Amino acid sequence: MSKFGLRFVALGYLAAILVAPVSLIFWRTFEHGLHPVWVSLSSGNTLHALELTLIITAIAVPANTVFGIALALAIVRKRFPGKGIVNALVDLPLALSPVVVGLSLLLLYGRDGWIQLPFRVVFAVPGMVLATIFVSLPFVVREVVPVLREIGEEQEQAGATLGASSAQIFRRITLPAIRWGVAYGVVLTTARCLGEFGAVTVVSGRIVGQTETLTIHVEQSYDNFDVVGAYSASLVLALLAILTLVMMNVIKPKEPTQ
Amino acid sequence: MSITARNVSKRFGDFVALDDVSLEVPSGSLVALLGPSGSGKSTLLRCIAGLERPDSGSVHISDEEMTGRRPQERGVGFVFQHYAAFKHMTVEKNIAFGLEVRKAPKDEIRERVADLLRLVQLEGLAKRYPSQLSGGQRQRMGLARALAVDPKVLLLDEPFGALDARVRKELREWLRRLHDETHTTTVIVTHDQEEAMEVADEVVVMNRGRVEQVAAPRELYETPANEFVMSFVGPVNRIGEAWVRPHDLELVLEPNGSTREAQVERVVHLGFEVRAELVRDDGEQVSVQLTRDQAAQLELERGQIVYIRPTHQTVF
Repeated sequence: MSKFGLRFVALGYLAAILVAPVSLIFWRTFEHGLHPVWVSLSSGNTLHALELTLIITAIAVPANTVFGIALALAIVRKRFPGKGIVNALVDLPLALSPVVVGLSLLLLYGRDGWIQLPFRVVFAVPGMVLATIFVSLPFVVREVVPVLREIGEEQEQAGATLGASSAQIFRRITLPAIRWGVAYGVVLTTARCLGEFGAVTVVSGRIVGQTETLTIHVEQSYDNFDVVGAYSASLVLALLAILTLVMMNVIKPKEPTQ
Repeated sequence: MSITARNVSKRFGDFVALDDVSLEVPSGSLVALLGPSGSGKSTLLRCIAGLERPDSGSVHISDEEMTGRRPQERGVGFVFQHYAAFKHMTVEKNIAFGLEVRKAPKDEIRERVADLLRLVQLEGLAKRYPSQLSGGQRQRMGLARALAVDPKVLLLDEPFGALDARVRKELREWLRRLHDETHTTTVIVTHDQEEAMEVADEVVVMNRGRVEQVAAPRELYETPANEFVMSFVGPVNRIGEAWVRPHDLELVLEPNGSTREAQVERVVHLGFEVRAELVRDDGEQVSVQLTRDQAAQLELERGQIVYIRPTHQTVF
């Protein structure tokens, strides 16, 4: 009986918190049929927002994957002074409010900021990419670190005694061993990049058709009483999220692992 | 190919793992590094392989200076206690690894892997993954993988330590036969004195980062260099200042001038061997090893009073 109760509570919580709001988006989107949704989605601004979101994601995810793996390797396998600080810093984006991240980028790269580059950073795409990379940094590192710890160093050492170079050891031994950690980290990073709002919104300047990502577009549309537009864009975001999760399941292990 | 370590020292923080250790492994021999945990035997082996960098001292393999070199350049085959199997590769891929990273021709790799699979008796399991093998099979795979690249020397770090007693015995006999066929210079690290004595030509006894004695198994047992070796290599009784092996104690039922009284506390039957645990009149514990016939003749039983006399003893 108590087992039954626990299940009820768990599923009820999931339904109330997750399923209901997401289902409602679908319901409200198609409330007036397909046509208004199509019109809204095929408008130039929506398409541009989608494109921008995908571009930013396509830059931020590979960057954080490569550096995330490198960081995880450094944290687990190397000894260097300040390692504890590095390890703690990796979690900073999780602890820090994205708005603060956006603001700090404004201060750093803005008109009177410390760093001046030959191209525009704030109120432009480079700043938005930076903000997205910042907030989505921890996921690959946090997924890969425990896997690296668990597999230990012996397989890599065995590779070394067998004559494999560092690059060969990484490609043939380490990377295959951590690939599930990496894959999960990539999925989480992608989801975070697609959904990022707070930091990006601060540095974007919200210029319609220029620095508007899909999340910003949702909010702008809603503020402008364009309910169908807001819901349609939300639907696209939800579908992208589902697609990410499906991808994760498609690339499942094809061989037995321990 | 011989191995020479000269004045090797290694510390881990405050812990002295190796304290000015020198070692000579003649070409073609099988040498065991024997010692309790923390004695430095594994660290020494890892220094030879290049997996650990000594703080001072030098390592030579076949007269070639190896001290600063990376493991890749040393031409060693290393076998790990916990196998270090590449879990995402099949058995044949594991064995082929060293050859593949050397970009050996595909035909040659296939042939060599087939030979090795036969050698370690894993022919039918080539396509399995390590997780589908037993511990003994995994370690045989580990050996085949190490042998695949024709190492100058074979280094084994407690290779049978994680296996059960029966498999361990089988594998050590197999290792000895393999060595008799290939004559690859081999160093095996173990904390099991029986394993060391059974498999090795020469045993290096280590304790607290130092070498206590280097000797052939028989010499080690019969003329131990000091109290540590005496007590570590086989069971021993301390009677006053003297050290007496359990089989060097004569046990009789009637006292004569040179015997001491003791009471039987426990009699353990181990097949051919019978072990009697005695308590001497001064309260000291003594262990005596008898044959089954001797024990039957004496009709030993708990509580009985007997008389003991050392037939051979060692005083340091």
